[in-house]
Amino acid sequence: MDLSAINPILLVAAMIAAATPILLAAIGELVVERAGVLNLGVEGMMITGAVCGFIITVNTGSPTVGFIAAAIGGAVLSLLFAFLTQVALANQVASGLALTLFGLGLSALMGQSYVGIKPPRTESTPLGSLADIPVIGPIVFGHDLIVYLGLAIVAATWATLKFTRAGLVLRAVGENHDAAHALGYKVKRIRTLAIMFGGACAGLGGAYISLIRVPQWTEGMTAGVGWIALALVVFASWKPWRVLLGAYLFGGITQLQLNLQGAGVAIPVEYLAMSPYIVTIIVLVILSADKSRAPGSLGRTFHASG
Amino acid sequence: MSRNLFDKQSGAGANPLGMAVLSPALWLALLFVQLEKRPQPSKAMAYATPVLAVVLTMIFGGVLFAVLGKDPLQAITTIFWEPIFGEFAFFYRPQLLIKGAPLVLIAIGLALGFKAGIWNIGAEGQYIVGAICGAGAGLAFYPAESVLIFPLMVLAGALGGWAWAMIPGLLKVKFGTNEILVSLMLVYVAEQLLASMSLGLLKNPEGFGFPGSRNLQQYPSAHNAEIITGTGMHWGVVAALIAVIFAYVLLTRHSLGFAIRVTGEAPRAAKFGGVNPGRLVLFCLGISGLLAGLAGMFEVSGPSGQISIDFNVGYGFTAIIVAFLGRLNPLGIVAAGLLMALTYIGGDIAQSQLGLPAAAIQVFQGMLLFFLLALDVLTNYRVRFGKGETA
Repeated sequence: MDLSAINPILLVAAMIAAATPILLAAIGELVVERAGVLNLGVEGMMITGAVCGFIITVNTGSPTVGFIAAAIGGAVLSLLFAFLTQVALANQVASGLALTLFGLGLSALMGQSYVGIKPPRTESTPLGSLADIPVIGPIVFGHDLIVYLGLAIVAATWATLKFTRAGLVLRAVGENHDAAHALGYKVKRIRTLAIMFGGACAGLGGAYISLIRVPQWTEGMTAGVGWIALALVVFASWKPWRVLLGAYLFGGITQLQLNLQGAGVAIPVEYLAMSPYIVTIIVLVILSADKSRAPGSLGRTFHASG
Repeated sequence: MSRNLFDKQSGAGANPLGMAVLSPALWLALLFVQLEKRPQPSKAMAYATPVLAVVLTMIFGGVLFAVLGKDPLQAITTIFWEPIFGEFAFFYRPQLLIKGAPLVLIAIGLALGFKAGIWNIGAEGQYIVGAICGAGAGLAFYPAESVLIFPLMVLAGALGGWAWAMIPGLLKVKFGTNEILVSLMLVYVAEQLLASMSLGLLKNPEGFGFPGSRNLQQYPSAHNAEIITGTGMHWGVVAALIAVIFAYVLLTRHSLGFAIRVTGEAPRAAKFGGVNPGRLVLFCLGISGLLAGLAGMFEVSGPSGQISIDFNVGYGFTAIIVAFLGRLNPLGIVAAGLLMALTYIGGDIAQSQLGLPAAAIQVFQGMLLFFLLALDVLTNYRVRFGKGETA
């Protein structure tokens, strides 16, 4: 065991990168849940985004186009969920599960001829020279664009929910859909848009895993990140900035256990690999005492009475 | 998060305009369709929708296979006809029981919980832990022979699955933690545990360093052999049948079954009616974990034979589809379990004969659940033609 092999600066930088897919998926789901919809299909939308982004990047050679395709892929898949829950008024828990099962199968089918291919490299340091500053450089400026995009989405989500009319309407729909409906807001349309936003974010997060984190395509490669993102929204009490905090915490644990595996700690690899999931459970236990912040209409089917 | 997830809102007159992008035809159709809540869920529709869903899945599955460059008709017949009536049906028919038994066993447990609004999504994990405990109990006595070893393994497998499901159960009752997320997280933990066991504690000492345990098929006292040779009928099938009867009696004849149904339909009324929600959570999660653990144990000691890294093949997740397809009804689950087993077997045949990718069957199964959920609206709502009021 050689802990000195772990460079703390690189570790922190890697933690931020590890947190990004969770962060993207979780902020998307946060918006969906604030609109009163519980979409358990995050894992399915992430893996679909991962495979869409990968295929398009390999074929066009452009990661940017790939990420856009990933967002579109995630959003299109989420439309299926929107159709089930908003039009067919199906149970949201079951529909979300269906989305995850379907997404896992669909992605495996789409990606089967892409196993083992290396995607084109994503430009790693858009902020070039700033990244050369010692200590702060690699941690703050040494990332790819998607890391900053993730942060920007969190900031934008926070600002939108807090300060804009659109954000207020979204929250109203999530807190009490009957009242929002009575005020003339189109509950189903707003929810469908929120679901699509969640799908796009999850797709981006998935593509971050397949294009930058790993970078490769393997079946089921998101390995539960989508579910951790769902737990994170509860952890964050449905607040954007706390999602950021939580994502760094989980990203940190994921990265730390990977580094410990690399450093050859005396704990078997399998038990280290369990740790992010176990920590998720522990955090859920600690935080589930306070559920008062959950949106009032979360998970309830809306059917307007004429 | 768990607040009233399962209350269906009542009312009439949907605004279908919100969902406009799916397809132009659908979009047009929705403009003229209006949903009206039925005073009582339609019995006829409840029976018709699973059949309709299967038919629609076959049609759209055929389209999918055509897109993949396979003859859709041939693919569908290979999947649904070949295993039962084809040339090698004598070989495939027993597989129907072998693959159907774990699905039915797990789905029966899940359905009890789903009925009460208790969502155990982690059956895959309970299945793995049941297999590890069952195999471990048997291997502990290797190479001693005794008639007591197999019953002991059954007990260990059931206990293992039960204990694994008790984790989300107790956390939900004590701390109000969401059982969906916890039970799912535990699947990943169980998978790591499985890897650790097949590389470490349960590794075959005479296995030339390969991962995986001793083969229980070669250990007579621990082998879950076929009861009647060549039929696929092993003890897991018997257990599945017992579970079906038990669940049927429980739901139709026992007050606990009544408590489950009331809790699912009206949680508050159930509480006023004296149902202890905590105890019901523990019962439902416990019984589904126990059955999933049993399924894992019968699988590892019989058809699969050994603990290995890739021992689990997703029965725990497919069982969710089986439970819904069977309308959470024990008898329906038997039919749905056999149908799902058929898609597994037919999928294997289509894979080797037509080169149909394995993932295509997964998509096919996912599609089935989609259609089922989408069509369910017909059970609870009446479709009226004419322009819906705009909200």
